Amino acid sequence: MVEKKKSGYWLTHLGLILGVLFIFFPVWLTFVASTVTQDAIIYPPLPMLPGTEFFENYANALFRGSPEGYGAKVPVIKMMMNSAIMAIGITVGKIIISLLSAFAFVYFRFPFRNLCFWLIFITLMLPVEVRIVPTYEVVANLNLLNSYTGLIFPLIASATATFLFRQFFMTIPDEMVEAARMDGCSPMRFFFDILVPISKTNIAALFVILFIFGWNQYLWPLLMTTDPDMRTIVMAIDSMIPTGDDYAHWPTVMATAMLAMVPPVIVVISMQKFFVKGLLESDK
Amino acid sequence: MEKRVFFKGWWLPALLVAPQLLISFVFFFYPSGQAIWNSLFLPDPFGLKTEFVGLDNFRFLLSDPYYLASFKTTIIFSTAVSVSSMALGLYLAALADRLIKGAGVYQTLLIWPYAIAPAIAGVLWLFMFNGNIGLASYYLKALGYEWNHTLKGDQAMFLVILASSWGRISYNFLFFLAGLQAIPKSIIEAAAIDGASFWKRFGTIVVPLLSPITFFLLVVNIVYAFFDTFGVIHTITSGGPEQSTTILVYKVFSDGFVSQDLGSSAAQSVILLVLVGILTVIQFKYIERKVHY
Repeated sequence: MVEKKKSGYWLTHLGLILGVLFIFFPVWLTFVASTVTQDAIIYPPLPMLPGTEFFENYANALFRGSPEGYGAKVPVIKMMMNSAIMAIGITVGKIIISLLSAFAFVYFRFPFRNLCFWLIFITLMLPVEVRIVPTYEVVANLNLLNSYTGLIFPLIASATATFLFRQFFMTIPDEMVEAARMDGCSPMRFFFDILVPISKTNIAALFVILFIFGWNQYLWPLLMTTDPDMRTIVMAIDSMIPTGDDYAHWPTVMATAMLAMVPPVIVVISMQKFFVKGLLESDK
Repeated sequence: MEKRVFFKGWWLPALLVAPQLLISFVFFFYPSGQAIWNSLFLPDPFGLKTEFVGLDNFRFLLSDPYYLASFKTTIIFSTAVSVSSMALGLYLAALADRLIKGAGVYQTLLIWPYAIAPAIAGVLWLFMFNGNIGLASYYLKALGYEWNHTLKGDQAMFLVILASSWGRISYNFLFFLAGLQAIPKSIIEAAAIDGASFWKRFGTIVVPLLSPITFFLLVVNIVYAFFDTFGVIHTITSGGPEQSTTILVYKVFSDGFVSQDLGSSAAQSVILLVLVGILTVIQFKYIERKVHY
């Protein structure tokens, strides 16, 4: 800091604390709402401190579903499992296929290499939301609706991870390959014994970003899961919010919202260093 | 940049790129091709056969007042989301950058909303502004302001902008903070010694040095507002009231899946595809320039 005025110092903290409060406030309200009774919510204003129904509401949300109201009796434990399978499937799938193709692009010269590279590069451009109708048809024709494969694979088709690994491999000194080749190391041996281990931090960084990306998918699972057993928690929240004259059992809905937020937030906070690295590098 | 040393053989690399190429073809190129192809046809009302109509779907869209209104909505929405979340992100990053100690703590406290799904963010804000039980609408009513975003389009728009910007602040904060910390302190100190005030320094040194990152964030945030906010819109307003919050990507969904108007939905996909293409090229040009910088 250049100046050392006391007042400026406290104003800086004050400004930041206001920002933090603005960020926290909606989540705090949600948490409070997930610990009180239905009556405390439907007769506003909502109290500012948590109530006594924490265990009751979370047990309801996880294992029994809302006791009454719109979208009642649907427990979310199975949906959290589905979300976890989808998120990890997307993460692992993307990391594996991009490690392999980045390895091929950087360490080999093969026919149509540039064409392949451009074909993959183009996929950077198009989020799944844009080609949603035809992709749905493809998945329906392959009989993959209501399956984990159908949830995961269309979302693996993206080039961000490939580019990140390619960038990283480019920075690895050529001497590494030279030494390996001189020792008679086969390409795949080089890949598994040298390339993958030194890419560890990049893999961890991508893991955080992709896990959040996968867990938070909304439109795609909304379209392709009609079987209640295949729903994910993020999309299921929509079926618990009433439209029109229906009413909801709000404490359970808000407990579900908390449950949908907690896993990715834990991943971000516990792997913060990798998350920051992944975010700053993968989007560039 | 190319490696000087590499492995020989062509079947192994072909095998290595095969999974990604295969997935890209099945779930990316084929569906995109289908979207372009379908945009040239008009299915009959019973879905039994389709008729080739050339560019009529596009011609119809570009003269359809609803579609043009959706374009306008998207521009207002994405500008508001990008500008407000970037302004707040920059403000907080500038404050955190002033601290010698504690910037890391604030970083932890500010970045976690990135992990919250847009759809869940929508639910949180919907709960606060719910007409019957919401805390915000309760106090607004006490102040004599009638809040009902299910009937009033401008209120609905305000709410989806608020919910979409809220989760995005952390992302912009992180990039701005990284950008600010990369500015050498000696430049700032030199200016301070010459008597430049904080705002003078901010305007003449910090802002110009941050402009590449600001431009990058602008493009990324516009892409975010175009596509990733689907969950916010779907949970809070479902595009209503009277289409006042129907952004382009929501219209692709509602025309394609809800109204089953496949020709029009496909044409809309193609238009969006062109828009994203342009944005990506702009972004890529920027990256290229930055690499040679």
